[in-house]
Amino acid sequence: MSTTTRRPAGQSGKGAAGKAMPAATAGRNATAKSRQGQRWLAWIFLAPTILGMGLFTLIPIVASVVLAFFRWDIISAPTFVGFDNFSEVVQDPTVRVSFLNTILFVVVAVALQLGLALALAIMVQEKMPSWLRVFFRSAFFFPLILSAASVSIFMRYLFNEQFGVVNWFLSLVGIPAVPWLTTPGGSAAVVILVYVWQNFGFSFLLFIGGLASIPVETYEAAAIDGATGWRKHLHVTLPLLSPTTLVASVMAIISALQVFDQPYVLTRGGPGDSTRTAVMVIFESAFQRLEFGQASAIGVLLTLIIMAITAAQFRLSKRFVFYQ
Amino acid sequence: MTTTTDHGLAGHSPRLSEGLPETASNRRRFNWNFAFRIVLLLLAAALTLGPVLWTLSTSLRSPSESFKLPPSFIPWNPDFTSYGEVFQQLNIFLLVLNSALVTGLIAVGQMVSAALAGYAFAHLKFRGRGALFSIVLATMMVPVQVTIVPVFMLIRGMGLSDTLLALILPAIPTAFGTFLMRQYFMGLPAELAEAASIDGASPWRTFRSVYAPLAMPGMAIVGILAFNFHWNEFFRPLILTISEQNFTLPLGLVSLQGNLGTGSISVVLAGVVLSMIPALVVFMFGQRALQDGLTAGTGK
Repeated sequence: MSTTTRRPAGQSGKGAAGKAMPAATAGRNATAKSRQGQRWLAWIFLAPTILGMGLFTLIPIVASVVLAFFRWDIISAPTFVGFDNFSEVVQDPTVRVSFLNTILFVVVAVALQLGLALALAIMVQEKMPSWLRVFFRSAFFFPLILSAASVSIFMRYLFNEQFGVVNWFLSLVGIPAVPWLTTPGGSAAVVILVYVWQNFGFSFLLFIGGLASIPVETYEAAAIDGATGWRKHLHVTLPLLSPTTLVASVMAIISALQVFDQPYVLTRGGPGDSTRTAVMVIFESAFQRLEFGQASAIGVLLTLIIMAITAAQFRLSKRFVFYQ
Repeated sequence: MTTTTDHGLAGHSPRLSEGLPETASNRRRFNWNFAFRIVLLLLAAALTLGPVLWTLSTSLRSPSESFKLPPSFIPWNPDFTSYGEVFQQLNIFLLVLNSALVTGLIAVGQMVSAALAGYAFAHLKFRGRGALFSIVLATMMVPVQVTIVPVFMLIRGMGLSDTLLALILPAIPTAFGTFLMRQYFMGLPAELAEAASIDGASPWRTFRSVYAPLAMPGMAIVGILAFNFHWNEFFRPLILTISEQNFTLPLGLVSLQGNLGTGSISVVLAGVVLSMIPALVVFMFGQRALQDGLTAGTGK
């Protein structure tokens, strides 16, 4: 891929460079004509994407915001209710709990995901036979290609209280059976573990890329200054990696805020509301209770939170991110 | 694009691993550090791959034995009853067909539409190009869950409720794919177009005969990403399909687990394994492309 980008045009276009000189005037004419052609072609080429996005993304965004101010159950005509949906949603205990759950989930899952990914990326990037490195990278990447629904299906068996493999392993070290999926704390832990298990590979890939772009000279200089082992990573790797960490954390947080598949399949939000997430509540109020206005209001709130967090991260980054 | 492809993900790590100066004290402790590090990494790899191996192995146990502990990780005497059973309990051919149809058409649709739009943004000059591209990028930040209610209504209004088209059409316009293809086309020299136009090629012909063939690897990345994402997709099918004849694989499997309760694990797991096969194929042949695609645009 990168080879094509660096090849000078003259070598790749057959005889193009040779013809350019004598045909200079004809060339100017042709470019003028092709300007016109380019404009037409551009709009034809853009049509599928732009029309599709307008129809299935832009209009729905506007509709979602508008709908948040209406009460509508699809059957009867929508009625304008002002901010009622928002005030009801904010006071609804289930919605409150689900947003709180989501925030707790994001904090714990993202911290685990980034910490694990960073530690593993640093360990994988240090000296080792290259076949082993390829194996580790592939292994950590592997869960990413599976479906979250399928993963949650088999994880439910693994975390089963009586015949689950996890509790069997724990029993080997003398830990009594943990009621994973039947208690609020256990369920939350399972949802977090399953989510992190599947997603840490993505942050891992980003960190691998970031580590590869740190120049060796920096480490050589650090070694001369006497920094070795973990101090080398603390004083050299972490600061130089901070742009990657920012990108990885923004992406991890945005994706964790939208968690749905794992809690839906693993626990259906239970027991009680202990693993109900923001997106689950959107799903339930729209497609189970047919309160489309309220669902939209929750969606708008979630989007605002996502936007606020992203903005805050980039603002904070000005202070903490170190660009070379 | 070029920045993300330079990592050499499948090969050696270019910098950190090599040329670290080994001081005398370093060399003496080196073996211990190395062993400790490898053991930790192996443990992490075992925890990552273990659940999948257990799934494969348990699906090859007979349904009555699937509960038994200690767990097995190597299927010494594989038993294929569960695979027969899953075909009886689920119309798995239909599920696979639906998933393949939905995923295949989305992938092809994304490859074509993203290549066209990406080319327009990269090499064609027209008014409002920058602004339009910013709008396309901005749509990437809006989560699906937020637009799903209006999309659901739009689909109803179009009379596409409970059809496979309801899953396919909204997924074809792709901001990320367009971004990726634009980057890819930007990496191809603009001189190619100038040369072609001097040779008398129309803008269409320039695209068709010069750029499109060179962009195949980029399109492959878009296609593989789309395939992987939509093959595994759960949220949209859950909402946009109603009758079982329109279910995709993940949805069918979740409903199978629901039907069986805690019945026979191995049957459900046989279904899960079958659903993983295409992902495994992608993993074996398209891992590099997938990694490049996933991390595209995050490089510096």
